[in-house]
Amino acid sequence: MSRRLLIGGSIVGALAGAGLLSLAWTPGRVSGFRVADRLKAPLEAGLLGTDQLGRDVLSLLMAGAANSLGIACAAVAAGLVAGAAVGLLAAARGGILDAALMRVMDVVFAVPPILSAMMLAAFLGGGPETATIAIAVFTVPVFARVARAGAMRVLKRDFVLAARGAGKSSARIAAEHVAPNVAGDLLVQATLQLGLAILTEAGLSFLGLGLAPPAPSWGRMLADSQTFFLQAPWLALAPGLAIALAVLGFNLLGDGLRDRFDPRRSP
Amino acid sequence: MAGLIAGRLAGLLLTLFLVSVAVFAAMEVLPGDTASARLGTQATPEALASLRAELGLDRPAPERYLRWIGGVLTGDLGTSFTYGVPVAKLVADRLAVTLPLAGLALALAILVALPLGTLAAARADRAPDAAAALFAQGALALPNFWIGLLLILVFATTLRWMPSGGFPGWEAGIGAGLQALVMPAVALALPQAGVLTRVTRSAVLDMANEDFVRLARAKGLSRRRAILRHALPNALPPILTVLGFQFTFLVAGAVLVENVFNLPGLGSLARQALVQRDVVVIQDVVLIFAALTILVNFAVDLSYLLLDPRLRARR
Amino acid sequence: MQNPLTRLARLGRATAAALALLGVGTGATLAQPRSDIVVGMAIEPAGLDPTVAAPVAIGQVVWQNVFEGLTRIDGEGRIQPQLAKSWTVSPDGLVYTFDLAENVTFSNGVPFDAGTAKFSLDRMRATDSTNPQKQFLANVVSTEARDPKTLVVTLSKPAANLLFWLAWPASVMVEPGSAATNRTQPVGTGPFKLGEWRQGDRLTLVRNETYWNAADAPKLDGATFRFIADPQAQAAALQSGDVDAFPEFGAPELYAGLETDDRFETVVGVTELKVVAGLNNRIKPLDDPRVRQALMMAVDRASLVEGAYSGYGTPIGSHYTPNDPGFRDLTAVHAYDPEKARALLAEAGYPDGFALSIKTPQMAYATRSAEILQAMLAEIGVTLTIVPTEFPAAWVDQVLTRHDFEMTIVAHAEPLDIAIYGRDNYYFGYDDAQFKAAIASAETSLDEEKRLEAYGTAQEILARDVPALFLFVMPKLGVWDARIEGLWHDEPIPANDLTSVSWRE
Repeated sequence: MSRRLLIGGSIVGALAGAGLLSLAWTPGRVSGFRVADRLKAPLEAGLLGTDQLGRDVLSLLMAGAANSLGIACAAVAAGLVAGAAVGLLAAARGGILDAALMRVMDVVFAVPPILSAMMLAAFLGGGPETATIAIAVFTVPVFARVARAGAMRVLKRDFVLAARGAGKSSARIAAEHVAPNVAGDLLVQATLQLGLAILTEAGLSFLGLGLAPPAPSWGRMLADSQTFFLQAPWLALAPGLAIALAVLGFNLLGDGLRDRFDPRRSP
Repeated sequence: MAGLIAGRLAGLLLTLFLVSVAVFAAMEVLPGDTASARLGTQATPEALASLRAELGLDRPAPERYLRWIGGVLTGDLGTSFTYGVPVAKLVADRLAVTLPLAGLALALAILVALPLGTLAAARADRAPDAAAALFAQGALALPNFWIGLLLILVFATTLRWMPSGGFPGWEAGIGAGLQALVMPAVALALPQAGVLTRVTRSAVLDMANEDFVRLARAKGLSRRRAILRHALPNALPPILTVLGFQFTFLVAGAVLVENVFNLPGLGSLARQALVQRDVVVIQDVVLIFAALTILVNFAVDLSYLLLDPRLRARR
Repeated sequence: MQNPLTRLARLGRATAAALALLGVGTGATLAQPRSDIVVGMAIEPAGLDPTVAAPVAIGQVVWQNVFEGLTRIDGEGRIQPQLAKSWTVSPDGLVYTFDLAENVTFSNGVPFDAGTAKFSLDRMRATDSTNPQKQFLANVVSTEARDPKTLVVTLSKPAANLLFWLAWPASVMVEPGSAATNRTQPVGTGPFKLGEWRQGDRLTLVRNETYWNAADAPKLDGATFRFIADPQAQAAALQSGDVDAFPEFGAPELYAGLETDDRFETVVGVTELKVVAGLNNRIKPLDDPRVRQALMMAVDRASLVEGAYSGYGTPIGSHYTPNDPGFRDLTAVHAYDPEKARALLAEAGYPDGFALSIKTPQMAYATRSAEILQAMLAEIGVTLTIVPTEFPAAWVDQVLTRHDFEMTIVAHAEPLDIAIYGRDNYYFGYDDAQFKAAIASAETSLDEEKRLEAYGTAQEILARDVPALFLFVMPKLGVWDARIEGLWHDEPIPANDLTSVSWRE
């Protein structure tokens, strides 16, 4: 196992663990409001201090991990399934269907994700579904292209041609030969997209288009903390570092996986 | 090759047409309209109805779509509901901020990434390579709006060396304008530089293993010179491709960074127009973003063809 | 705490000071007071015609500066004559005869007379008028330009607030030839006219050299409004001198830092912005007054103001501010008492509380207040779900037009707008004959004492019935360069009247 895979995996594992733990237990309060507890410095109250409503920052970060990772995973999983389906279908059928599907993908890809997310938020009213759908929509064309390219490559290989010659059905060929060969590419891409999804979710929440309060979100913690920076710098530093750590973890994991599946293409 | 390009261009136009239909449809289903935005808490059903009639919002959707797209095709982007001025003027004002910002960010990213990536490739698996990898991973992981916030807090609020945001306008002088764009461009460029460093490294490394570079080395060229003379120029096409892809991210990032730095750019126009339901402005801006994205990718493909003789021959 | 950044900053400032001593830097000329001002605002106006759109930002730029009315409101909230020098009211209160100022011209050279005044009022009350305050003139039967300097307005029933309403931004005088283009090219009788509007960034006003009112001529040559939404950026712009004044500073938590800075004058004033959490009185369980009262008693308004506005802001017990005529402090009617609130809920049949959603605009004050309300209502078993709702468009569509909401929170900006609770089918869905009678009496009463009494009754009915949770009046966190004088301290109506602003020598 490569060093990147190990480091990336540990970071992601730790964050996911913290997030899962927060569902059952947090060291401090993540909701409610107490005037007396407002803006306490790190160690003065809790490991990382408290925020403008007197909630424990470390606990908020943990709960934020659950939300951010949850949204990112759900969005990328949805994008992966939809994108892979589109890409494989396009590659298998070819012709007009291929052209039409890839044209739709171009259309989706042409609108910057933040813009489409802003419109989506105006429509759905902001919330976890909004962020998830907005991110998922943007990842669909990425996965579709990866899946299609991979499938096209595999479909031209001798063993597929041989299988076809032996009279195997397209479905069996897709399941037995194409899917396993494309899965690696998709997995690598999914891991890298997870990093991007974390960043996008943070950006959306920063603009107020992500999770509704009081569900903790790293991006919204950053947005809320802006005006408190001089009084309480830890409020802006902690969530920023958490985002960076999560993205770093996923990127390292993605690189490590790529090393495994395609050592030649590793940077 | 001309036929190939013509075909691609037709595809581009089709994509743009589909984008225009999609964005128009999206605006149709949004709750509220510019009339409700204008009347706010004072809106009464009668006032809303009069205002809609006055603005032509009571016309059927296909008619409004045709009027909009017909205008766009004849070079008329329409009039903003909010401001009452031509959208073309609004967009031109905003592009005068967003394009230099994106350009500056791209230039900064290339300026950092190309040397760093090449150095990393030349000294692969040694200290400079590790340092470059560390930089790239770090830069990639940092959210650009957070970098922006920290830059403001350090260099503007605390040290007061830089303006904290806003844009004085180009008529205040190129220097003042550039000064306002430096910090946003740095925030925007850093993640790009991370991506580009990695791409440059791997592209140069790929080329360094190609026969013609080996040949050059066999002829007595030092590894450094061989990489600079032969590997780097040939590594440019893949780097360009990535640059094209990154453009979308650059534009998307600009929305956030413009927000942080209070810059009157295209992203902030889109945001405000959405809040005000200034539909013509949103439709135009989305179309422009889409056109930019598509055209840049097209240009990258094209230059790829021109730069890479092997590819040209193959097609 | 000695933070390295602060130390670096000190070093930077010391260097700057040294450079200044050496004569480097801009070297401001001494003893010459400035004749311009840069005023910061959080929200950019959407168009510049206050007679066709409601956003207060419009009036905050053009009212009194570009446009003037028959009457005006001064910084203390008093009604003053303006384009109407004086007026007489018939004993039955139905006929107003305005004596108009003479030799007044609009900034495009067109003279102002009774005909223009009649045009402005008729345009406002026309059937197809989109004026947001059209209802002000609902009782007007006719307007007549008796002679060039006399305007006669006849009413169907007395309107005690007419002179006040005529002073509003929505009632300003406009000129027939330019009325249609006022949204982009405003033409008024005011002391300034539009210089340039760079949308999304700034707007400049220049002195109107042909201004009619020599007694009230502005001291400034011009003014720039800059639009900066982010409070952090607002503070930075003040610190760096890019902006001279923020009459309504955006972030209470940053305000304390400015208060201790000698370079700035800080004035916490009162606005007319009433933050209320509207309840949909049409639906269960909110149709039960006991439930609404219980919700009100679950809210500790003082803590709410502390958490949402760093302690600035005034708790209210009704839809009325201390600025308004005949104000009564009714915060004690349903004072904070979670015990009693729980008991009342149980009595109404909800011993275990219930779930409620609150449609919350994206503005900071609303989101923060909603978060705190959520925590407070949880104490009496009411689970509040925050539903972010884009303001104004989506909010107007869902809450105001379709009444598709349970609870919402919004700041009502219009002065003396308690009558909205008597409006048919307004979003609260509150319908009370007693209240409507009190408002009718207040609005038609010719006797000042009776009028104030009626407003008092109206306040008390609202405080008792709680059609909305009355939370607090937003403070006006004014901050400006200490050398500036003449800016309003309070905000009896949203405005940035620059007429008497000047720089001290």
